[in-house]
Amino acid sequence: MKKIFAAALVAAATTVCVGGAQAQTGLLGQIKTKGVLTCGVGPGLAGFGIPDAQGVWSGLDVDLCRAISAAIFNDPNKVKYIPLSSKDRFTALQSGEVDLLSRNTTWTMSRDTSLGLNFAGINYYDGQGFLVRKKLGVDSALKLAGASVCTQQGTTTELNLADFFRANKMKYEVVAFASADETIKAYESGRCDAFTTDASGLYAERLKLSVPADHIVLPEIISKEPLGPVVRHGDDNWLDVVKWTHFAMLNAEELGITKANVDEMLKSENPEIKRVVGTEGKFGEAIGLTNDWAYRIVKHVGNYGESFEKNVGTGSLLKIARGQNALWTKGGLQYAPPIR
Amino acid sequence: MSTIPTETAQPGRASLFYDPKIRGYVYQIVLIAVVGFLIWSAASNAIENLRAQKIASGLGFWHNAAGFDVNQKLIPFSASGSTYGQAFWVGLLNTLLVAAIGIVLSTFLGFFVGVARLSSNWVLSKLAMIYVEVIRNLPLLLQLFFWYNAVLKPLPDARNSIALPGSIFLNNRGLILPNPQFAPAFQAVVIAFFIAVVAAIAFYTWSKKQQERTGRQYPNGLISLGLILGVPLLVYFIAGQPLSFELPQQGRFNLTGGLQIFPEFVALLIGLTTYTAGFIAEVVRAGILAVSKGQTEAANALGLRAGPTLKLVVIPQAMRVIIPPLTSNYLNLTKNSSLAVAIGYPDLVQVFTGTVLNQTGQALEVVAITMAVYLTISLVTSLFMNIYNKRMALVER
Repeated sequence: MKKIFAAALVAAATTVCVGGAQAQTGLLGQIKTKGVLTCGVGPGLAGFGIPDAQGVWSGLDVDLCRAISAAIFNDPNKVKYIPLSSKDRFTALQSGEVDLLSRNTTWTMSRDTSLGLNFAGINYYDGQGFLVRKKLGVDSALKLAGASVCTQQGTTTELNLADFFRANKMKYEVVAFASADETIKAYESGRCDAFTTDASGLYAERLKLSVPADHIVLPEIISKEPLGPVVRHGDDNWLDVVKWTHFAMLNAEELGITKANVDEMLKSENPEIKRVVGTEGKFGEAIGLTNDWAYRIVKHVGNYGESFEKNVGTGSLLKIARGQNALWTKGGLQYAPPIR
Repeated sequence: MSTIPTETAQPGRASLFYDPKIRGYVYQIVLIAVVGFLIWSAASNAIENLRAQKIASGLGFWHNAAGFDVNQKLIPFSASGSTYGQAFWVGLLNTLLVAAIGIVLSTFLGFFVGVARLSSNWVLSKLAMIYVEVIRNLPLLLQLFFWYNAVLKPLPDARNSIALPGSIFLNNRGLILPNPQFAPAFQAVVIAFFIAVVAAIAFYTWSKKQQERTGRQYPNGLISLGLILGVPLLVYFIAGQPLSFELPQQGRFNLTGGLQIFPEFVALLIGLTTYTAGFIAEVVRAGILAVSKGQTEAANALGLRAGPTLKLVVIPQAMRVIIPPLTSNYLNLTKNSSLAVAIGYPDLVQVFTGTVLNQTGQALEVVAITMAVYLTISLVTSLFMNIYNKRMALVER
């Protein structure tokens, strides 16, 4: 008996030590060994991350997971998607249940500094808005005094809402639900006069209403919501991989490298293109990948503009204009540091 | 070791190692040490990891500004001045409110259905049976969604409120009542109420003694009711009616002013009450069936009518069987109230474990506090029910 107990103690102690040693080799190494990337995504938001009838995920946020998978494995499908509610997302990332979070998460200072997390870029510039019934005859959020507003709980949305009504000295009533589904249902049943979330979310959730055309998004955008991928604090190499995957997609769009022409681009003499597709320099190796990492991303997933148009832009049901999310060269905010 | 046979022959001088009592203690100490070590290492591991990942920890968030709003609040709370700590109290009070009212209502409904199931009236007993079987076999969450939609759907929107007599309005934002405004003189009414309660208890004790001495019975219920209602009412008029009402006014969207009872609260209360009542009904039925039929027959033989038989003979004996499982149902109701999160009722789980956790990101602390709260509520409920159970238990002489 005693021997067994001692053996168990020793075994337990060694497991603890091995566990400690593994953590030091870096998340990228672990993902390569596991052969799969675990990606935390939203529980279903059209255009950003939603599974179809076959359980295949698609969307702008999902494309980032696919791009990282393509960069690591030369295969965009080695991703395990974990749907996370806004309430659970940070805990899931902190506890290591997911390797990264790619689900409309707003970059705020407190989240960046006190949650043990790092934001790895902004893949969608958004702002909070309001959805109301057309027949209410309200054309501005400033006329919502006394209104009842439905929102999803545990988000920056709740805070902006309180700030907005307080700043404009208007009274209101908030009804908060755990999931986006319940929120939009309550709005539709007439429990609330307005539904509020990020503007992108308003367009996506409006599709769930029985007659989407009866509802309008008010012009006021009451907050800045820079949405982007998030990783755990303390693994700089992994942060680089996620960050530069997004930048590679932006640089590809800027240089006109598309899914269709990426193979031809391998023969390009343009030094900027050569550095992106990996025929010049060792940029991929510097972040622990192969030098053709960006080529793989564009080849399998496409550049940022392609992903945008397909998921939320003109090629999708959402039909959101590029707006602030256009490249900086076209008057938008999307700006990637150069690959050099 | 060869001398063992001679030693075991003298039990008082056995080696300490083989003494069952000592061994028992040693095992207990080892077990406690192992469990203690596991808890300690888990806690220190968690603290170290939090520190390494630069995740904020500790209870510093308690006094930070909350910055969000809650619709139903029993204490003042606003986005501008309140803290996460106050948000905790708002959520806790909402949980306790719905649990307390739910426990009272489900007890009444459960007793009624339980007795109805044993009724000799065929229709009544079958209806009670259908109620119990349907309610017990459907998930509570589903029932909450049903009630929430059932409460909301038939109600008109805020602009077409149903106006009830007495400036009461009903719409899909809730039931809006005139908001009572208490003048300082109203204190006298409150004091009168408490005096009346004390008087009623005193009268009850006196009448019991009288009954034991002379056998004469007094209408205790009626007299108590008269005292508790009549005395405060009298004082109210003497003090010059120190109560006015703020009437709801039609605003652009909603009615403003007035006291609002939210549909989320109503739906949650109906859901919890009907669900728990289904279980309580079965507990009551089992309790009544556990009282041997001979007891009723004996009571009848003594000339007691059906009412007093039930009240004085059957129910007191059934209570001994009923109370322990009844306690479990009360605890379940309280814990189930956390499903409120699905229908937007701001209970403890929604406000604290939902919004506060998400705004602060301090999952460990917030979840630990919530667990401690539910544990405390449950233990306190158990304690009171156990005290009640002790008083009701069979006293053997």
